[in-house]
Amino acid sequence: MMGQNKEGGSRPVIASNRVEAIVASVLLLIGAVVVYNSVQLGARWTSDGPGSGYFPFYIGLMLCLSGAVTLYQALFGKLKNTQAFVDREQLKRVMAVLIPAGFYVLAIQFLGVYLASTLYIALFMRVLGRYSWINSIVAAVAVNAVFFLMFEVWFKVPLYKGIYEPLSFLGY
Amino acid sequence: MNKISNFRRNRCSAANLALGSIAVAACVAATPVFAAWEPAKPVEFIVPAGTGGGADQMARLIQGIVIKHKLMKEPLIVVNKSGGAGAEGFLDVKAAKGDPYKIVITLSNLFTTPMATGVPFNWKDMTPVSMMALDQFVLWTNAEAPYKTAREYIAAVKAAGPNKFRMGGTGSKQEDQILTVGLEKATGTKFIYIPFKGGGEVAVQLVGKHIDSTVNNPIEAVAQWRAGKLVAQCVFDEQRMPYKAKITATQSWNDVPTCKEAGVPTSYQMLRGIFMPAGVSKDQLEFYVSLLKKVRETQDWKDFMENGAFNQTSMSGAEFTKWLEGAEATHHELMKEAGFLAK
Amino acid sequence: MEEIGALFHGFAVVLTPMNMLLMMVGIVLGVLIGVLPGLGGANGVAILLPLTFTMSPTSAIIMLSCIYWGALFGGAITSILFNIPGEPWSVATTFDGYPMAQQGRAGEALAAAFTSSFVGALVAVVMITFLAPLVAKFALEFGPPEFFAVYLLTFCSFIGMGKGSPFKILASMALGFALAAVGMDTVTGQLRLTFGWSELMRGFDFLIAVIGLFGIGEILLSMEEGLAFSGKTARISPKVVLETWKKLPQYWLTYIRSSLIGIWMGITPGGATPASFMGYGIAKKMSRDGAKFGTGQLEGVIAPETAAHAAGTSALLPMLALGIPGSPTAAVLLGGLLIWGLQPGPLLFVEQKDFVWGLIASMYLGNLAGLIVVLTTVPLFAAILRIPFSIIAPIIIVICAIGAYTVHNAMLDIWFMLLFGVVGYLFKKLDYPLAPMVLALVLGDKAEDAFRQSMLLSQGEVSIMWSNPLVGTITSLALILLLWPLISKALKIIRPGREGRVFTG
Repeated sequence: MMGQNKEGGSRPVIASNRVEAIVASVLLLIGAVVVYNSVQLGARWTSDGPGSGYFPFYIGLMLCLSGAVTLYQALFGKLKNTQAFVDREQLKRVMAVLIPAGFYVLAIQFLGVYLASTLYIALFMRVLGRYSWINSIVAAVAVNAVFFLMFEVWFKVPLYKGIYEPLSFLGY
Repeated sequence: MNKISNFRRNRCSAANLALGSIAVAACVAATPVFAAWEPAKPVEFIVPAGTGGGADQMARLIQGIVIKHKLMKEPLIVVNKSGGAGAEGFLDVKAAKGDPYKIVITLSNLFTTPMATGVPFNWKDMTPVSMMALDQFVLWTNAEAPYKTAREYIAAVKAAGPNKFRMGGTGSKQEDQILTVGLEKATGTKFIYIPFKGGGEVAVQLVGKHIDSTVNNPIEAVAQWRAGKLVAQCVFDEQRMPYKAKITATQSWNDVPTCKEAGVPTSYQMLRGIFMPAGVSKDQLEFYVSLLKKVRETQDWKDFMENGAFNQTSMSGAEFTKWLEGAEATHHELMKEAGFLAK
Repeated sequence: MEEIGALFHGFAVVLTPMNMLLMMVGIVLGVLIGVLPGLGGANGVAILLPLTFTMSPTSAIIMLSCIYWGALFGGAITSILFNIPGEPWSVATTFDGYPMAQQGRAGEALAAAFTSSFVGALVAVVMITFLAPLVAKFALEFGPPEFFAVYLLTFCSFIGMGKGSPFKILASMALGFALAAVGMDTVTGQLRLTFGWSELMRGFDFLIAVIGLFGIGEILLSMEEGLAFSGKTARISPKVVLETWKKLPQYWLTYIRSSLIGIWMGITPGGATPASFMGYGIAKKMSRDGAKFGTGQLEGVIAPETAAHAAGTSALLPMLALGIPGSPTAAVLLGGLLIWGLQPGPLLFVEQKDFVWGLIASMYLGNLAGLIVVLTTVPLFAAILRIPFSIIAPIIIVICAIGAYTVHNAMLDIWFMLLFGVVGYLFKKLDYPLAPMVLALVLGDKAEDAFRQSMLLSQGEVSIMWSNPLVGTITSLALILLLWPLISKALKIIRPGREGRVFTG
């Protein structure tokens, strides 16, 4: 389940306790920010109940506390998990999805949902699934045509068209 | 180029054969006519409030009327953008400069939200289209409470001392609370103001006796009034509401006294108006002004106005802009007095 | 019985060919809407509402309420197949539904989910038929302290769920609360945790977090393990429905419990989402197999689905009887009532008998029709899992992006969804439980509002939580549930002999 030592041959990239420490530090930081903002808002119990920052203040403290303890356990705890968080092979596979997904969202920003999605599905199928270009493109266009009909034409839910609005000639 | 137009003609004539007169009409309509501007794609109708509230109801009614009476070729699509007391919706319109495919319905948060939160936004960042109506506020109490008139109720609040009676309202530092503060100032009372998320919820809390009074809009509480659960004590206006049809067994909206008659010299109405982004052309503005005029002329609209006891003042153009300037100054004054301005 | 006569009159109103047709159309559309995150039930109803202005109010409400039933059914499908909740109330269904699908039991999970939805709805409709006026009165008893007590109870029924580090549970929950606090504070009107960034004013919607945490996070995990979706080899046969039905009766107690929770939450109106969480939490606490929840237990699908549907159905009662919508969809329907010239509220049951009883009759028939429609599609939906990963994965990511966008029509939300996906992946690998975070995000601001409204009412006295028998009972019950692990330990010490049965039974 945890993906440790699954494929003995591949080299580990980073130890689990390091990732644990990083995540815990981020939580600690978020907690501190929340506490700071709450104090600014007024974290006192006023005459008619708690102020705006009252609950967020304690929530921030809880985050700080749990972040700090987890950080300590990850770095100095007896039970710290020094096994690999991911090995090189696994990281590659995760990044193979995550990085294109990032580019996909960026593409939505410029090209809008439909065009970006068509490109994304086609490239994903072609590159990761090794389908032929024709199959990939047909599937991608078909899926997006269905979405277009459902959202724009039938249900009248306008989706994001992108900064350049490349599909504006369709009139939606 | 030639090829394309050829193709068009062919398609039209083929369709003519198949569908007869309908297609003839369509083909005629498709030829470019140099007429006033008209939307060529669906228009987004932004509601800077949640679903089910007064603004949302009105927006969805307008959407329905436009479709039912075929006032526009393209549909209106209602989109709720309620984040940050409506600031989300207004900022969206502000950002869509020159876009004629966006209109927005406003309530008092047009003035109060930027004043209370400091969000960088002003009604002058948009083009005023028209005022649809003014929404009234009524002082409501539970029918099982012993107060027969607003005067009696206010006297009871005064007698009990500050922070004993509970006034429910929608949101914080918005119209309901401003009105509550105005009421306090005018009568020398002090309520505990309890903010809820929506007007319907406030009315039900009053029926359940969790609060002592509300300043709900008529439409938010009319059902409970008809059922005899609530009593309409007075309306916060200079004159009575004009609707004389009986709503409850014994009363019409016209029978509800003004608060002034009841010795509470407070009055407040809320704008229900339509705006569009800044930088649109005159033709585009003209289209929406006349569209909304047609909406106001339908029977459905008139029924809705009567049902919700709206003040049917409507205006557009320079008159409307002048009204907005006045209203902004009034709100600034009220917010300042109540101490609600953002620091 | 006066009600039975009225009900049969209602059936007569509904059973015209036109109305039956509208019913089927509504169900199919509803399922479609429920499947795609982003086309919520409220959305679907709002969009189709204008089309109904030319129909009679009864026909219109039949079609629209059928969309609503369809959406309630459909929400479970993507939860079970891909770990993406199509609707907020199907989050709890993912906890056991998705593991079942991974074990190749998608058909069984779907059949159980649909059947449970039907049972929950049926129980709620029967309640509406016979107890409507009484129940409507009960809803009026709920003021701010009562609401807070109910939210507290939901939290407490869920606490002690995770195993792992208590600090990680705390961190997850606190993070959920912190995210829920972003945006405008209802009570004071101040902006919180937005740091002057206007995009943050609308806050973090729960759906965006859930789509990212569960949907995207799951794809990243599947990718890492390199095994694609393991439901691929699922055995699919039409008989799966009958086989599942044979197993369901043994969970009768879960059905009763979840139905009651659902009805209660629907009326108050806490809504379907808290109901599904509470249904799941209580079932886990009470079941003999509680410890195995989360690994693909049939009961873990039954409990939240029954509760969510019972709540979704009974949420229509306060809308009709009082004019308060129990759900966003109900709110839009409420708008529809006004346009058709009907005034929701206490008099509707008196003045509009045809309409009300037609609606109630359509609840029976609509749910039955819905069950038949969705059950026939079980093999079809289960077959989706056979589509190769490299085709279905990008489509799922696209659906997630669309879903995230449509919540607020905001591009930024798609980025947040991706970020939540990474968080979901890291949290899952590091054993942070996701459920407390999701629950805190759903109920956090509501609970805080209710608490602060209560404090305004009582001018700062916490004793308002025990100020009347109703709120006192709920609060006490919540505290008992909170301390349940300690209590059950104490019970075991008193009666040590029973311990062994948990493992053998």
